Amino acid sequence: MKRFALAGNPNCGKTTLFNNLTGSTAHVGNWPGVTVEKKDGVYKKLAEPISIIDLPGIYSLSPYTSEEVISRNYILDEKPDCVINIVDATNLERNLYLTTQLLEIDVPVVVAVNMMDVLEKAGDTLNEIILEEKLGVRVVKISALEEDNLKTLMEVAYEASSSPREGRSILRDENLNHLIGDVKIAFKGKKVENPLFHAVKLVENDEIEAQMHPDLMPMVSEFKKTIKNETFGDDIEAIIADDRYNYIADSFSGVIVKHAEPEESKKKVKENKSDRIDKVLTHKVFGLLIFAVILFLVFHLTFSENFLFLGGVFERKGIAPSFEGTIYEGLFWTDGGINSPGVMLFNFFDMSFSAIIDVTKSAMETALGVGHWLVGFVCDGVMSGLFAILGFLPQILVLFLFFSIMEDTGYMARVAFILDRIFRKFGLSGRAFIPMIMGFGCSVPAMINTRTLADENEKISTIRVIPFFSCGAKLPILVAIAGGVCEVFGFTHIDVITYSMYVLGIIAAIISVLVLRHTTLKGETAPFIMELPQYHWPQFKSLMIHLWDKAKHFVKKAFTIILASTIIIWFLSNFGWNWHLVEDMQDSILASIGQLLQPIFTPLGFGSQLTPIGWVFAVAAITGLIAKENVVATITTLGAVAVAYLNSGLVDPAIIAAIEADEEGIAAATEMIRATGITWQGCIAFIAFNMLTIPCFAACATAKGELKKGTFKNTLAFWLIVSFVGASFVYCLLSCFSANDFVWALPVTLGVIIIAVSLWVTFYLRNKKMAKGA
Amino acid sequence: MLKKLDEFKIGETGRITKVEGEGRLRRRLFDMGVTPGATVYLRKKAPLGDPLEVTIRGYELTLRKSEANLVILEVEGEAK
Repeated sequence: MKRFALAGNPNCGKTTLFNNLTGSTAHVGNWPGVTVEKKDGVYKKLAEPISIIDLPGIYSLSPYTSEEVISRNYILDEKPDCVINIVDATNLERNLYLTTQLLEIDVPVVVAVNMMDVLEKAGDTLNEIILEEKLGVRVVKISALEEDNLKTLMEVAYEASSSPREGRSILRDENLNHLIGDVKIAFKGKKVENPLFHAVKLVENDEIEAQMHPDLMPMVSEFKKTIKNETFGDDIEAIIADDRYNYIADSFSGVIVKHAEPEESKKKVKENKSDRIDKVLTHKVFGLLIFAVILFLVFHLTFSENFLFLGGVFERKGIAPSFEGTIYEGLFWTDGGINSPGVMLFNFFDMSFSAIIDVTKSAMETALGVGHWLVGFVCDGVMSGLFAILGFLPQILVLFLFFSIMEDTGYMARVAFILDRIFRKFGLSGRAFIPMIMGFGCSVPAMINTRTLADENEKISTIRVIPFFSCGAKLPILVAIAGGVCEVFGFTHIDVITYSMYVLGIIAAIISVLVLRHTTLKGETAPFIMELPQYHWPQFKSLMIHLWDKAKHFVKKAFTIILASTIIIWFLSNFGWNWHLVEDMQDSILASIGQLLQPIFTPLGFGSQLTPIGWVFAVAAITGLIAKENVVATITTLGAVAVAYLNSGLVDPAIIAAIEADEEGIAAATEMIRATGITWQGCIAFIAFNMLTIPCFAACATAKGELKKGTFKNTLAFWLIVSFVGASFVYCLLSCFSANDFVWALPVTLGVIIIAVSLWVTFYLRNKKMAKGA
Repeated sequence: MLKKLDEFKIGETGRITKVEGEGRLRRRLFDMGVTPGATVYLRKKAPLGDPLEVTIRGYELTLRKSEANLVILEVEGEAK
């Protein structure tokens, strides 16, 4: 099968073309660097099927980031039958720079001028005859988005692929061409393929080339001494780059014919729609503020149970709707507030799932009899565990939809632009912000997004701190434990605890990045040289592709890893070492494992100092490694056991009923706190530990896939160390206060940490500056 | 008058005469079209004054002040 490779600048529409040629659903975004690995598909509308390879976008064949190396190596080593070079018609000058380099390789090339629809809409025309004459290869005008001329493009490419093409240089500097010619002959003598390309790159001082052919370097440097350019002296890199751009400017000035007078069109270029939007969104004063508002709205629309804070208004006017007793109860309205779209979807799924469980349970009970172990296994073990995870899918998708819109319109690139300055203080570039903020939703997509970071150490640091941005699945832990603390220790402000814990996560992330970037993952902040794409409306099709991809991924995970782990947990907590069902959970396999692990958590306040049943906290934390939802699930399931222990065998039906009726697990947590005798300091440390420790299984698998080989082990160790140190620090510090001091204990703790960090940063930066000055 | 790009005021235009620096960073600048002879227009600065956004070769490019410090230009058009 013939192979055609798609090559071009980032964000020039390669992936859109790829999707339309192959009917595939690859991810497209208005953000340079969306395609981070090569993808292949098949085009079937020609005489024979053609394999199409979508390469990551590149600005030149001297690679800069790791995904750019992929493109270069593919074209050179895998020798595709034809390279289709996609060129953005609205930005010919820079796009053709890559073309001049591609032409130097001995491979058939066809130039596809994309985005013709945008060009024509502006009233401009493009003369492809001049382009063909100058470049010496076929040129086809297309619109990947509107699917214009794609068939012609493929036919032309097919024709081109049947005859070989010899590389050709467009460089015009005579002395230089002389040198390149000589090096080319040397390469030919060595039987190296693509001699012209390698010769040019070697003369250009390309790192990869210089390493591969050290034997030719003396000859090149000898020759270089003879070259003296009027403007650039002996700066060959500059001479070649300049030569390429001059060639483009000279040859193609007449290619695009603007419809308007030059004077007028100049003005137009300076103030188009994109610029006007940009003026507002990246405004000097309001830019950051607007961003904060947009971000707040995104989270509000996804997670809030009081949409736009309208609940209070309705209540005051006495027109609050009541859905009590109807099937709408809880769907649109939660405790005096309208649900946001995300919560509505969440509740809808949640209700449907409960209904499915109820139906299955009653059906199975009629068939097998009440209390059969299989009923417990299928309904309480497998189904509730699985549905607990699937229930989060709608909210994750809603959050993802908003991020996709931000990415598709080109706003994300501006966010990186706005925030770069702040992030540089911590040794990261503005691009690292996006994966971090996505971490509040779910760590998995956040970690995948780190591929756009150019610097490897920056990428590793970012992946390591993503779990500290408390994800949606960690919220139940906060609500249940903090609720229990308030109940038992008579503290009235649950929100102080939850907010403090979010802040704690962010502080941990900041400290970690600072420490990592100055110790094991040292490195200058990567340069921030990035194209800012024009704004455009999000495309419905591409948004749906994003969401579909995400949903598929998530459901697959739920039915594999998470399903398996729920089964194992259920088994371990219901069977003893004798492989029989146990009456009392204290006799289960899980309990003995828990008791074994319990002492580890003593410095954190939820270990051996608790009553014999205290192992539940250890087990809850461990089950959280599979999915963070498990933490509260474990506490809820084990709540009844705790009650039994407290009443020395006498289970009070009223308390059991309360635990079962309570969705958020607060009642269970309350009983658990009473039964285990854990202190409130221990509870807070328990939350802190779960916030900071190794993330769920899905996130770990993603991290393993994204990280370079060997760094994953260190990353796991890093998470363990941070969570143990962080939680024991919180426990020790809080232990200085009594329960009555609660209101200020947490804020004071956080304040101490913040001041310490900012002092350290200030001193560190000053020392660094002084060292630089000296 | 010669001036470095990071000293430019918003709205100023200039023609690149020299790109300093070395290695990969310099290559990257060349690849993005920041070469001697190109005309640069400083569109705006980010809310905190850094990075910069410039128009070069018909597209928008963002770069930090530290990178702009490597680019030397002949000032052509004053800020309006």
